[in-house]
Amino acid sequence: MTLLSNISWRLVPVWRRNLDVSLVTWKTNVLPPLLEPLLYIFAFGFGLGAYVERISFEGRTYEYVAFMAPGMVAVGVMFHATFESMYGTFVRMRYQKTFEAILHTPLLMEDILAGEILWGATKGLFAGAIILAVITAFGLAAYPSSLLILPASFLAGVMFSAFGLLFAAVSPYIDNLNLPTFLFITPMFLFSGTFFPLDGMPAWLRAVAACLPLTHLVTVTRAAAFGRLAPGLVADFCYIAAVGALVSYQAIKLMKGRLIK
Amino acid sequence: MAEHGRVVEASGVVKRYGAFEAVRGVDFHIEAGECFGLLGPNGAGKTTTVKLLCCVLPLTAGEIRVFGMSAAEHPRRVKARIGVCPQEFNLDPDFGVRQNLMVFSRYFDIPKAEAARRADALIARFRLEDKAGACVDDLSGGLKRRLMVARTLINDPDLIVLDEPTAGLDPQSKHQIWDEVRALKASGKTVVLTTHNMEEAELLCDRLVIVDLGRIIESGTPAAIVGRHAPADGGGTLEGVFLKLTGRQLRE
Repeated sequence: MTLLSNISWRLVPVWRRNLDVSLVTWKTNVLPPLLEPLLYIFAFGFGLGAYVERISFEGRTYEYVAFMAPGMVAVGVMFHATFESMYGTFVRMRYQKTFEAILHTPLLMEDILAGEILWGATKGLFAGAIILAVITAFGLAAYPSSLLILPASFLAGVMFSAFGLLFAAVSPYIDNLNLPTFLFITPMFLFSGTFFPLDGMPAWLRAVAACLPLTHLVTVTRAAAFGRLAPGLVADFCYIAAVGALVSYQAIKLMKGRLIK
Repeated sequence: MAEHGRVVEASGVVKRYGAFEAVRGVDFHIEAGECFGLLGPNGAGKTTTVKLLCCVLPLTAGEIRVFGMSAAEHPRRVKARIGVCPQEFNLDPDFGVRQNLMVFSRYFDIPKAEAARRADALIARFRLEDKAGACVDDLSGGLKRRLMVARTLINDPDLIVLDEPTAGLDPQSKHQIWDEVRALKASGKTVVLTTHNMEEAELLCDRLVIVDLGRIIESGTPAAIVGRHAPADGGGTLEGVFLKLTGRQLRE
């Protein structure tokens, strides 16, 4: 397992580099996670919510907008963490030659790539925190249980960021990245219990949904926002951590293999 | 810290990319405080050799020791003491000139105050004062190259590797880089230089090797190499010897 032992605290300056860049452009980085959930809340919460006023979930009924809001937090974490590692890393790797430059310092490729995953996770946490603030302002998040959304966002951020790096590693051209968006992100967006409870779907589709990484984050954010934490959430956390670790390992291995022949 | 003895020892170095053998068993050493030249046609294996020496590519076979340490076993420790200026520009386009030096210093774990001191000194030394805040993308080729060389020195390296540092530069910038190489040597640093410019090699290199098709085909001081191969009536040049040894046909 030299791959793991080659990751060190030296990944911190890689993370800092990306943070410095995003602080220069912080306004454009804050606006999407701030405004996206508002669009969804207005369109689906108030638009669709006018027809579907109440929705039953785990034996209780909720206003549609209240049901949907915690799903928005999870979706935001997924989008921001995945896209940062997918496009951001691809651009730094391929066009800016950032990794080639850093490789001529005491850092190893494993440090650089682990730093990139950690940075994508940070973007996920950041998006999760902002969207949580928005739904809190609408009175759609119960406290203190909703605070659990923050560590969940970071942990799931690592997982989605690792998926992003994995896609970047296997895509020859930047245009190829449309494919994982279509095949992976969009299905999760639709079938992870974000907009409707999974109970109404056919059994096979429920089984598929249970395997989707986003489903487990939605389960956590919804339970936290509803103030209904249950021991079963530990399984969701374990799933997210395990998939995150596996995909991170594979992504670093593939990307290193691509860059160092 | 001035070095003594051999800074680099390479023995039986082989690098294969799949079936293609880019470096086919080379042996060389580099003495402390000298300027060592790597010459060869395009595709001869110079840049690959440099990358192996700088611990950014794994060896297929053989061994490279830098500062007495195995490059394969201690890449972090070796890289901490090397400064590398690659052929291709890879400055960070997301930052300005001074910020490029500051961000790069963090990878070497240089404390911020010390990094700021070094960055300002390098900016002055490479005449980048007017451009300190400028965006890297707005710099001319010559300024970019100067910043690349300045960045190479941010960790105060004992071994400096310059891969075609004067390619595409105007005479003024070229002479400035040459002066820098002389200054580095004067301060006791060891320099590795790859170049296509024979005048540059004759002026700066204490010893050099000519590489072709992944092998070293000649080595020694520039004068000794010319002496061995030049016509008996004298008047030989390194360029003439280079063409005689590596042939006149295009390589790529």
